Amino acid sequence: MKKLINSVETVLTESLSGFCQAHERIVVGDEQLRFVRRKELKRGKVALISGGGSGHEPLHIGFVGHGMLDAACPGQVFTSPTPDQMVAAAEAVHTGAGVLFIVKNYEGDVMNFDMAKEMLSVEVATVLTNDDVAVETSTYSTGRRGVAGTMVVEKIVGAAAEEGQDLRALQHLGEHVNSRTRSMGIALTSCTVPAAGKPTFQIGDDEMELGVGIHGEPGRRRVKLMSADEIAAEMVGAILNDFGHAAKGEALLLINGFGGTPLMEPYLMYHSTRRLLEARGLKVVRSLVGNFVTSLEMAGCSVTVSLLDPEMKRLWDAPVDTAALRWGM
Amino acid sequence: MELTADLKAALIRQVAEAVISHADELTALDQAIGDGDHGVNLKRGFEAVLAQLNTLAEKDPGEILKAVGTALVMKVGGASGPLYGTLFMTMGKHLPPKFSLSDLAQAFTAGVEAVKVRGKSDVGQKTMLDVLVPVARTLQESNDDLLSKLKTVAESSAHATIPMKAVRGRASFLGERSVGHMDPGARSSSLMVLAVVETLENHR
Repeated sequence: MKKLINSVETVLTESLSGFCQAHERIVVGDEQLRFVRRKELKRGKVALISGGGSGHEPLHIGFVGHGMLDAACPGQVFTSPTPDQMVAAAEAVHTGAGVLFIVKNYEGDVMNFDMAKEMLSVEVATVLTNDDVAVETSTYSTGRRGVAGTMVVEKIVGAAAEEGQDLRALQHLGEHVNSRTRSMGIALTSCTVPAAGKPTFQIGDDEMELGVGIHGEPGRRRVKLMSADEIAAEMVGAILNDFGHAAKGEALLLINGFGGTPLMEPYLMYHSTRRLLEARGLKVVRSLVGNFVTSLEMAGCSVTVSLLDPEMKRLWDAPVDTAALRWGM
Repeated sequence: MELTADLKAALIRQVAEAVISHADELTALDQAIGDGDHGVNLKRGFEAVLAQLNTLAEKDPGEILKAVGTALVMKVGGASGPLYGTLFMTMGKHLPPKFSLSDLAQAFTAGVEAVKVRGKSDVGQKTMLDVLVPVARTLQESNDDLLSKLKTVAESSAHATIPMKAVRGRASFLGERSVGHMDPGARSSSLMVLAVVETLENHR
């Protein structure tokens, strides 16, 4: 394992400490680093809290700030945070208008946030994100995973919260955005969880994992490496099939690097993907390219398409000031 | 059998040490079909339990179970923290200070039912419930030779998860690829039951 660390045990606390120092204008870390919160709270606003396993930076801590999250709870690497973290975060940032949890659909995250909700006396609502089309759901399965589309939900709901919308309205908006957002990812190489010390999965030099999850977990199938255009066609095909007849009108296109891919390649993928979307009649009116929802040092990327209605577009454009997204301020 | 402070301490210690000493095996099982952190996470939780051993052993059994559950919820994370936390905390809530075997069976069953609700799962889905449910049934049904029956059930039901296809948890993303591996949660549950049984046998 080759990483810039001092010890496996202190990776998370040292990294979080550095994050809070580097972005001290925007965020403050809880003393025990159970959560990272927005430095200046807005009274009377619904408190937005997200969280999940670490190793996906900048998600979620990088989205704490004006126009997005009020607090984020980082768990151990690829491990859900524990309920005491969400309870402490909620108690620190709620200002009387209730708390909205934005949770990626993994059983650990769902259960820990549920327990926190049961332990809190303030009003709490939850939005679950499940934008990954790679793994089909069935009646009995865990259901789809929440991946890069989560940040689209956090941005749009965050803007609405900043405007003063109430808890129910924000919950409905979050569900609406999630329902209009789909993602799919591919991996070229594995990632290495510091505590495990070795790659999460083995993959040949000439292979890729199609439909990979953001923890390096398997997706649809292992295939021989394809050209960028062919990969884009696989991902766009899966996303548009899933949208079915809904896939029309204006769209947001997010190409998200998984952490080990230089930005040159996601931009190339953007080019391939946008052409395909436009050939299918979608109008790409908002775009984002970069490393936002990563999987440690995994190489590869995901494509997220969000079908924008005018309200979603307006809220996407609203000012935001976080470590990882900043515009309009 | 009287539940002395010594016996309570031995039960807590044996359960915790059984999990801790099998952490690598649990992690290896989880690497095959999950995200490879089951052993590490449970070890962290049970080390926190051991750290409170002396104060825990003085409490009533129900209070011990609640405290163990809380420690697991706060320290384990992932899915196993809430699931084991829910099992122990619910059992603790249902167990009176002086209890009969049927009280114990009822409290354990209440804990298992709460795990079903928390995990939105049931038997046959390649999870810890595939061990916990048969163990609860054995507790309710059997009077003679209970300890050795519990042992057999805990071991055989964990093995019975090997040919199952996972439909819950991260292993479910593997579908057919999950067949042929023992479920790590079923294994950890069976380890805990075996540790309790063996401690009670040694105290007879």
